Amino acid sequence: MVVPERGRFVAHVGRWTLGATRALGDVATWRAHLVVQMRRLGVDSIPIALFIAVFTGIVLALLSSYIFTGAIPLYFVGALVGKTVMMELGPVLTGMALAGRVGANIAAELGTMKVTEQVDALETLAYDPRSYLAVPRVLAAMLMFPVVTAFAMAVGVASGWITAVNLLDLSTQEFWKGLRQFYHFKDVWFGLVKSASFGAAVALMGCYKGLTAQGGAEGVGAATTRAVVLGCESILVLDAFWALVLL
Amino acid sequence: MIELVDVHKAFGPREILRGLSLEIPKGRNTVIIGYSGTGKSVLLKCIIGLLKPDSGEVRVDGAVVGTMDADELAALRGKVGYVFQSAALFDSMTVNENIALGLRRRQLPPDEIDRRIEESLAVVDLSDAGEKRPSELSGGMRKRVGVARAIALRPDYVLYDEPTTGLDPVTSAVMDQLMMRTRDLGVTGVIVTHDMRTAFTVGDRVAMLYEGVIRQVGTGPEMRESSDAVVRQFIEGRPDAALSLRRPEP
Repeated sequence: MVVPERGRFVAHVGRWTLGATRALGDVATWRAHLVVQMRRLGVDSIPIALFIAVFTGIVLALLSSYIFTGAIPLYFVGALVGKTVMMELGPVLTGMALAGRVGANIAAELGTMKVTEQVDALETLAYDPRSYLAVPRVLAAMLMFPVVTAFAMAVGVASGWITAVNLLDLSTQEFWKGLRQFYHFKDVWFGLVKSASFGAAVALMGCYKGLTAQGGAEGVGAATTRAVVLGCESILVLDAFWALVLL
Repeated sequence: MIELVDVHKAFGPREILRGLSLEIPKGRNTVIIGYSGTGKSVLLKCIIGLLKPDSGEVRVDGAVVGTMDADELAALRGKVGYVFQSAALFDSMTVNENIALGLRRRQLPPDEIDRRIEESLAVVDLSDAGEKRPSELSGGMRKRVGVARAIALRPDYVLYDEPTTGLDPVTSAVMDQLMMRTRDLGVTGVIVTHDMRTAFTVGDRVAMLYEGVIRQVGTGPEMRESSDAVVRQFIEGRPDAALSLRRPEP
């Protein structure tokens, strides 16, 4: 039956929305956990984000040099590296990496708590699991994804510059000329706004799949996999959405 | 008093509670026995509002649990403690932190929280375990910490879900003593168990849940002397005729 199914879905979304609004208002509960989650989800993710950024910068510099040689002045390498890292690859690749790390971490942790009745125990102690578990994680991811992405942007551009200077026939002045010629402040905030939305989506998927996990280890594994897949899919959809809205 | 009136609860096509009615008086231990999968834990979860009955009413001190809003549920959980079968301790926290969590929610001053942690750990004979993590405790110790976490809130009622399952006989006896000690402190106990020794040791009243309804309620001796073949077979643990008496799973 299509109608009851649709009705159940709408009711489900309605309940979650109401619950989320209420949980967000319970500041006293989530405030205590926000900083801890910012460290766990954000600061601890910086190494993997920087690792990806270094190699992205190298590949972009080499690739653009390969494409431009003989057709376009090579100082455009700086422009391409800068624009691409700041507007697209920095936020998206960082988001994808964190969808794996952060999304899986949240889903596995909350899923385990769910199947071992720790979430029920929280409720019996008069806590709302959404306030206690979900809100600090979602807010932390929303706040910290842009920070991690900003580091990744800086490192990506720097590694592109070092590659251009050392492996291509390009000077520092030429690289910076290309970088500055096409730079707009919007490039940076566009990337950071996107990454904040990626953080919210990844953490939401992790929390949702974790808190609705069922069964034992198999259920937690399935919830974790689904959270990562949904997180990555959300990033791609949001990426297209922001491109349509802001560009 | 806790009252369950014509409570129905199903999960998909599987009807677990089929019009269950039961009164649980204050100040006494009521034990609920029954086969696995007959809805004993579901019943406890309906009492504390973790599950909502499909129909019927669960009333705690006259208040209907199924229609409570979030604030009323929080107030209910202030007077009903729950001891989980698996203890359900938070493994990222120490024993002290596990007990303190519910007390902090009630915004008690730190001195009062420390005092209640100390008191509740003393009741369960685990005064030295405060700084340990759940992973460092045995199954029996975890269950006792679960009891300490529940009674630290000074509830009027404590719901025990299979408190002695998986424990050795001596640790089970310790748990039995603990449940009686808690009752003697004025706390009403609702105990779900398969363990007949526990049922008759701690239960002032024993109720048998069978096919989604209460089959018989009585004192321990009354249940032992029951003329009901289903009750007698369960209490005596006789395997004969089990297939003919137990309703097949749908």
